Amino acid sequence: MTSGNIRRAIAAVAALLLPAAAHAHLVTTGFGPFYDGVSHLLLTPEDALPALALALLAGLRGARAGRLALFALPGAWLACGLVGLAFPTTSPTGTLTTVSFLALGGLVAADARLPPGWVVGIALVLGALHGYLNGSAMAEAKLGILGLAGIVATLFVVVALAAALVVALRVPWTRIAVRVAGSWIAAAGLLLLGWSLRAA
Amino acid sequence: MTDGLPMRPARHRDSLARAACAVAVLAWPLVASAHVEAGRAEGLLAGLRHPVSGLDHVLAMVAVGLWGAQLGAPAIWLLPVTFPVVMAFGGILGLLGVPLPGVEIGIALSALVLGLAVSAAWRPPLVAAAVVVGLFAVFHGHAHGTELPAGASGLLYSLGFVAATGLLHATGIGIGLIQRWEWGKRVLRAAGAAVAAAGLYFLWRAFA
Repeated sequence: MTSGNIRRAIAAVAALLLPAAAHAHLVTTGFGPFYDGVSHLLLTPEDALPALALALLAGLRGARAGRLALFALPGAWLACGLVGLAFPTTSPTGTLTTVSFLALGGLVAADARLPPGWVVGIALVLGALHGYLNGSAMAEAKLGILGLAGIVATLFVVVALAAALVVALRVPWTRIAVRVAGSWIAAAGLLLLGWSLRAA
Repeated sequence: MTDGLPMRPARHRDSLARAACAVAVLAWPLVASAHVEAGRAEGLLAGLRHPVSGLDHVLAMVAVGLWGAQLGAPAIWLLPVTFPVVMAFGGILGLLGVPLPGVEIGIALSALVLGLAVSAAWRPPLVAAAVVVGLFAVFHGHAHGTELPAGASGLLYSLGFVAATGLLHATGIGIGLIQRWEWGKRVLRAAGAAVAAAGLYFLWRAFA
């Protein structure tokens, strides 16, 4: 390492160690609700796993299905999320989560040979139902449209990355690994059914 | 650094730079999540821990992977895909309090039978292999389903134990890939015999 590089490394370390204002409450930056929306999707398996399963299913069905799902799912999620913001509901979400896990996990595990149109249809239904409930939750938490925007932006990224990864898989066992992931989601759905039956 | 200071050896300077980078990484401020939703992290960790907390579960799950690898395609992927779903069915029975007689005996038998299958390099028809594995999956699922800690998230607990079980299968499959070599086949059969011996011990303990 040359002396110039050492100086640059020391300057970089000093810059990193420089104390800066810590925005513990992002409301001061105006972007708090957006990041709340981002973290909501990533930290809520009830929403994240069905979306991931849909992305895996679309990826298994090829590039065209993946491209269509990439816009259909976030689009429906946003549209019905806005409806949820305007007309919120307080219905429990347990049944929807169970059905989403079972249906989408099962389709991925079975590597169901669905045409792209069917994948888009499933994406629209999934986006509409989860989006509406997310919109209602955002209204209740007073996060508004910024929170919903955070969710939908994250959803777009998750679907793009997951579907593109699966489309690019060529080695047979890697596609089987995707199906195993689907079976895990379906199994979790089956157990959720057990939890809801026990609670009833 | 040459101005007024003796030139240090290159290796020493690289070590300094690496140490500076390590300090910078350690000093990087992280988000402190003070309010994690109650019970969720606990549920996930409990679920991940449960299948690896008992040697009987661990050996049986790894043996499923070993046997799948030994049987080759399509069993190598059929067994890990079907097992979690059938195990979840057993989990539902446990959750609903449906009594399943001899759960501990069934789990011990799973290690014994699967170990013997690997040891003997048994190659039954695919359906028969799936039925054998599925039958034992019900016992394992039942045991997991009845043992959720109080206050933990059911969903995260379920995800945790399904993932941990799947990773144990993957471990078995990974080890089982040694069967492509002649010596590997012998080691695999010896490992099967060891699992069967452990299963016999668990069975004796279940009856004791």
